[in-house]
Amino acid sequence: MGRYVIRRLLQMIPVFIGATFLIFVMVYALGDPVSALFGDRGPDPATAKALREEFNLDHPLWQQYLLYMGKIFSGDFGTAFNGQPVTELMERAFPISFRLALVALTFEIVLGIVLGVVTGLRRGRSLDTTVLILTLVVIAVPTFVLGTTGQFFLGVEAGWIDPAVSPDARLDELIVPGLILALVSLAYVTRLTRTSVAENTRADYIRTAIAKGLPRRRVTVRHLLRNSLIPVVTYLGADIGTLMAGAIVTERIFNIQGVGYQLYQGILRQNSPTVVGFVVVLVLIFLLANLLVDLLYAVLDPRIRYA
Amino acid sequence: MRRSIRLTSAVAGLTVIVAAATACGGGDDSGGGGGGGMIRASWGDPQHPLEPANTNEVQGGKVLDMIFRGLKRYDPETGEAKDEMAESIETDDQQNFTVTIEDGWTFSDGTPVTAASYVDAWNYGAHIENAQVASYFFQFIDGYDEVHPAEEDAEATADTLSGLRVLDDHTFTVRLSEPFSLWPETLGYAAYAPLPRAFFDDHDAWLAKPIGNGPYEIESYQRSQSMTLVRYEGFKGKDAAQNDGVELRVYTDNNTAYTDLQAGNLDLIDDVPASQLQNAQNDLGDRYINQPAGIIQTVSFPLYEDAWEGEDGAALRRGLSMAINREEITSRIFHDTRTPASDFTSPVLGDAGGYEEGLCGEACTYDPDRAKQLIEEAGGLPDGRITLTSNVDTGSHRQWMDAVCNSINNALDDTGACTVNPVPTFADFRNQVTGREMTGMFRTGWQMDYPLIQNFLQPLYYTDASSNDSVYRSEEFDRLVDEANSEADEAEAVNTFREAERVLVEDLPAIPLWYQNGTAGHSERLENVKLNPFSVPVFTEIKVS
Repeated sequence: MGRYVIRRLLQMIPVFIGATFLIFVMVYALGDPVSALFGDRGPDPATAKALREEFNLDHPLWQQYLLYMGKIFSGDFGTAFNGQPVTELMERAFPISFRLALVALTFEIVLGIVLGVVTGLRRGRSLDTTVLILTLVVIAVPTFVLGTTGQFFLGVEAGWIDPAVSPDARLDELIVPGLILALVSLAYVTRLTRTSVAENTRADYIRTAIAKGLPRRRVTVRHLLRNSLIPVVTYLGADIGTLMAGAIVTERIFNIQGVGYQLYQGILRQNSPTVVGFVVVLVLIFLLANLLVDLLYAVLDPRIRYA
Repeated sequence: MRRSIRLTSAVAGLTVIVAAATACGGGDDSGGGGGGGMIRASWGDPQHPLEPANTNEVQGGKVLDMIFRGLKRYDPETGEAKDEMAESIETDDQQNFTVTIEDGWTFSDGTPVTAASYVDAWNYGAHIENAQVASYFFQFIDGYDEVHPAEEDAEATADTLSGLRVLDDHTFTVRLSEPFSLWPETLGYAAYAPLPRAFFDDHDAWLAKPIGNGPYEIESYQRSQSMTLVRYEGFKGKDAAQNDGVELRVYTDNNTAYTDLQAGNLDLIDDVPASQLQNAQNDLGDRYINQPAGIIQTVSFPLYEDAWEGEDGAALRRGLSMAINREEITSRIFHDTRTPASDFTSPVLGDAGGYEEGLCGEACTYDPDRAKQLIEEAGGLPDGRITLTSNVDTGSHRQWMDAVCNSINNALDDTGACTVNPVPTFADFRNQVTGREMTGMFRTGWQMDYPLIQNFLQPLYYTDASSNDSVYRSEEFDRLVDEANSEADEAEAVNTFREAERVLVEDLPAIPLWYQNGTAGHSERLENVKLNPFSVPVFTEIKVS
């Protein structure tokens, strides 16, 4: 187990280097960001050059990359064009996005699995059909529409929530944005759980368990649910990364200054330190989440053992 | 049994994470408030650090306008440059100026504003080492070339501008490199603000909480989140704040700010999102503000390409200009937040300042038949087709570009004559423009630095000027501009600039499209809200009930 974890952690190093390099090249390919800093006015060459020097943009790509990587290891992620260190942006953005993702994930796990199990056990009943139709609607309507409509009716018409989240992004303010963010994944989790449960109810080991005379509750929770959750856990693990990075739309609608917003701003201003810095951390989160999922398998499925 | 323990511990672990997240979310709610006479206004993250000479966009400019007062200030209504800190600015030859500043002004840290505060600030803004994006403001001052060489690789050969000299605490002299009669009128721009010693002594601390001499002082500043400004009681100027202060909140999207205004959580937004323009009048009634700003949108031509040279090129441009139905586009796409342009300046200048409605004449009037005739006489479009290029990441650029092309295609009865060439990002677009890679029409916009006709002409159309994107060259135009700059009488100077503008109408290096308005909306708590010619709200005059 320990050796397995160490091996997995070591594998992250090449992934880390490769990912940063690819992102660096991609932002670089967007072109020279300096002229945009002057607005519609033609840049004056001397100032433009001084700015390029300041941000290391006057070196060839590979040198820029090496300079950047050298600094990263000393904890310096560079500065955004407004003079703010990227680490400062990350310090603020990641906890906010993490909180938002957590709210969303809680909705997914609690609502998604409960609905999935209930509908899986009552296939073909009216509850099952209703939930299926609802998930279909949620998957079909874009987040943007759900978000702005929810915001308008709950925030402006009903006045139950503040339409915009404050810079602190307290947990109670994140409930509605978290739900909006979770909706699509929630629908998928429900359907995934439902199918998985439906399939496993006919499995041999369930029949054995029932024949053995185990109480119904124990059969459902210990045997059925545990085995049915394996694909769901895989999905949820991969979803953590998506929730943190893919919240751009939700974050913009609800004025949440999280990772998605900072990435959007970084790309718009073509500031590679911001974009690369954030993506690097996201890559790490993705890798760790995947590792966690793999370890969770062992907990859920007794057949899996890591040497 | 072993397994169930593991499952329990996993659940327990999750619970701890949730608890931790809840704990760090439960911070104190300092951003609240909104009580009393504070104005809650929307804000965008400034693009550059908040230094006077390093700010060239509205969001940073908004703050500078509140915390600084320079020698002059532009009247929010008329745009006229009026003395603010200046007691007098005197000259005999339009080149050597003696500036005397009023006594008794202080920065909000208590230190006095002296002549040295100005000279040091200007020297800082001009010097190449400080890489200030608005340093071109100091280009008229003698010695600029030494501290800020034009060539990319040249080093500065001086530390300070030789044209600036401090005489005593309240007087300094300025020598310009050549006569420029309207120079004192440019001094209302934020780049000319004075700076306290604190700026130079501890730069980082100053940036974290800027100190100025304006009607407001900064109470707290959380970068890219919010800023609280309160009335500066020691302010010496005429326009002291009529309210207790302003709370600026950064919004990630101005649609959210608009929704927040509707929900009553925000008092003022100064940029109504394009998607809400058609509802704003209904939603806000007379709390919706839509008034001219000093911005003109034009379409320029690459005069460095053979196809656009000579008489035929000019006739083609005239024809294209007449093929654009400006009225329809401004009302349908922009909901009257743009006005069809009929000269090269802006209505905010006023008639005395050089704006002249209809100066462009026939060339800016929609007449599809005449347009077609002109283009055919000039030998048709180069290769029978033309492109219109712009970035499409902001504004409604894509929509109006499609509309302009449609208008041209209809006039020419050819659906493929004009096509749109969208460029994904602004930076990429500007690189292509300054790299002289254009072949057809391209978007050029101009937001004035100061409300002077000179600013709408010289930087854009003078030979080799900094923003002469179409590479226009006209000896006659240059001569008239030089003449106007050395004119002692202001009215004469404006008239000569107008004559120069008429040269542009003949040559049409660019075609005027429309003047852009500033938009704003406010809550019922506020009264007397208006925008200045730079489309920034005049915060000092707002009353809170």
